[in-house]
Amino acid sequence: MPVVKSIEELKRLREEALTKRQLQATGGRAQITVYMGTCGIAAGARDTMKAILDTIEAENVRDVIVKQTGCIGLCEQEPLVEVQLADTPPVRYGHVSAERAARIVKEHVIGGKIVDELVVPE
Amino acid sequence: MRYYRSHVMVCTSPQCVDKGARTLMKRLQEELAAQGLADEVAVLETPHIGDCANGPEIMVYPDRVHYAGLTLEDLPSLVEEYFKKGRVVTRLLSQFRPPVDKELGPPKPKEVRVVLRNCGKIDPENIEDYIAEDGYQALAKVLTEMTPEQVIEEILASGLRGRGGAGFPTGRKWQFCRAAAGSPKYVVCNADEGDPGAFMNRRVLEGDPHSVIEGMIIAAYAIGASYGYIYCRAEYPIAVRTLREAIRQAREYGFLGQNILGTDFSFDLEVRMGAGAFVCGEETALMASIEGKRGHPRTRPPFPAVSGLWGKPTNINNVESYAVVPQIILKGSAWYASMGTATSKGTKTFALAGDVNNTGLIEVPFGITMREIIYDVGGGIKGGKGFKAVQTGGPMGGCLPAAYLDVPVDYESLTSAGSIMGSGGMVVMDEETCMVDIARFFMEFIQDESCGKCIPCRVGTRHLLEILERICAGLGKPDDIEELEHLSSLIRRSSLCGLGQGAPNPVVTTLRHFRSEYEAHIYDKRCPAKVCRALIRYEIDPAFCTGCTLCARNCPVNAISGERRQPHTINQELCTRCGICKQVCKFDAVTVS
Ligand SMILES: Cc1cc2nc3c(=O)[nH]c(=O)nc-3n(C[C@H](O)[C@H](O)[C@H](O)COP(=O)(O)O)c2cc1C
Repeated sequence: MPVVKSIEELKRLREEALTKRQLQATGGRAQITVYMGTCGIAAGARDTMKAILDTIEAENVRDVIVKQTGCIGLCEQEPLVEVQLADTPPVRYGHVSAERAARIVKEHVIGGKIVDELVVPE
Repeated sequence: MRYYRSHVMVCTSPQCVDKGARTLMKRLQEELAAQGLADEVAVLETPHIGDCANGPEIMVYPDRVHYAGLTLEDLPSLVEEYFKKGRVVTRLLSQFRPPVDKELGPPKPKEVRVVLRNCGKIDPENIEDYIAEDGYQALAKVLTEMTPEQVIEEILASGLRGRGGAGFPTGRKWQFCRAAAGSPKYVVCNADEGDPGAFMNRRVLEGDPHSVIEGMIIAAYAIGASYGYIYCRAEYPIAVRTLREAIRQAREYGFLGQNILGTDFSFDLEVRMGAGAFVCGEETALMASIEGKRGHPRTRPPFPAVSGLWGKPTNINNVESYAVVPQIILKGSAWYASMGTATSKGTKTFALAGDVNNTGLIEVPFGITMREIIYDVGGGIKGGKGFKAVQTGGPMGGCLPAAYLDVPVDYESLTSAGSIMGSGGMVVMDEETCMVDIARFFMEFIQDESCGKCIPCRVGTRHLLEILERICAGLGKPDDIEELEHLSSLIRRSSLCGLGQGAPNPVVTTLRHFRSEYEAHIYDKRCPAKVCRALIRYEIDPAFCTGCTLCARNCPVNAISGERRQPHTINQELCTRCGICKQVCKFDAVTVS
């Protein structure tokens, strides 16, 4: 750890510490889960993930948690992505390509409107 | 700023670094890059995660997954399985479970947390957590914007008074020490906390050690000291360990040591352990103990500010006095002085004990009444019983009756009532407490802890105790009260240190406020609260006794006899007044008189 040599460095350290604090405080306004089973990855889930992260960064949203999980047996629908806004039931999207992923982030995660035509039927 | 879906904290404590945390961190970054995750997962350092027993350890957010005992060989599969596919690798999970803090719940009604603001909220072993709560900002302000005189002015203006007992204005003490000739100068933190049942200081040391350390550095700057000691009792091993770790981290970050924050001010600090003698909390005895001598007090003056450790000017304050200093500097003296009464500013922590519903640690602003403390914060007397007295100020404090319930609590009001503020012990007693017995109890502690250096304290407290024991045993003599008063005044006036000078307090205050109880014991051979065994007798009321034999079967000395289904009787010759029969009787047939 660098020795703090000035007030400016202390300020920077405090900002960093606060950021780390925020990371620790679980919960965000929205949670996006990407299914990363072997099937998901084979179907392109890695690109989906990248697209989600890039869109979040480009749109400068900060209160979103992106998680990943394994296969849930809907391999024909992969890549699968689940979006859950605070206090609402989760919504599952199928065949989420990179473009679709960007759209879901913009319309559902940021805009709050479910992208109906991409939702996996129950 | 780059958005990362996941952040990995790698513990870089010395233990974990020893076990290869830095290499692991580097290889983890490489492995993440190799698997194409470098711009999704960020790797950061942190000073503390678990207990470092099974390092290296990492903590992953937002999942809060804690891995420990990692080797370099684990990394490829960990990255593949967990970071890429999201499957927790259970075999690498840490077994460490952070201790749950049961001691300090959310603030109770009327509590104001200033000293305790960080306790239970930050990780005391992670300096970054303290820094996130504005930690060391006050130090930076003091070192770059304020002269030592201005710091002392600010503390004076805040009205802060010493929290170790006597309530001497902290700013004035610093002024004296700054003005004193001699070098080097020292700062000492009194963390001896010897009052039975008191744990206010321990809680701060264990929960927020850096606030004490920062307060001490600021004091050192104000008085011109270059070295400091925290004198902590050995019965507080967790506090000692936490402090040592906090000091190490403060040194690593450059808040202790040479040229603090790039200025030409240098200061360092160490922890000394006390072996638990009560008198070692007295400042001159404490300093003797730090010097490696026997922990005996000496006469004052000279005061420590003039001649303290090794004859050098020394500032000694209590844990709580130092702990609020950073906040006074940051938020201003006016903010601090806005809480409290005309003469007592700010807040005070108390260890609330005895017959109240919510016992435990509390922090309240001065000026609150005893009634509010007992009934609002403390939730009232246990079992809905009546209030009898409250004991403040620890063993050298005093007992106050119901007449003082509505007096605002501050240094002056407690002193004028014959008690003291002390360091924050507060024992609530219900109507079933015998005040003579309480005086005897405290005197037993004091005479046991008297160091024996001066005769009034050594012999006098012994004599006080003997008289009190006699009164409780039903052998009180008509002039005992006068003898107690005479002795008390003698001990108070002629003892060497605060221990002897305060020793008679429990006797004096109970005599002042509960004299009739002494008289009942001495003249009527009666204990009104029905506590003193020699003065009570247990009897069985034949009107209520069903002859169930429960009491007879439970009596440890077989003093109860009677036929089944017939009223029983107690043989007073054999009865030891243990009270078990009364406890077990289901028909309230056992009476005490
Ligand atoms: C017998 C005896 C025991 C004491 N124990 C303590 C103690 O445990 N902690 C403490 O801070 N002060 C204790 N004091 C008070 C100290 O002598 C001293 O007044 C205090 O540390 C000064 O700090 P302050 O100005 O911040 O209150 C004790 C005094 C006496 C006479």
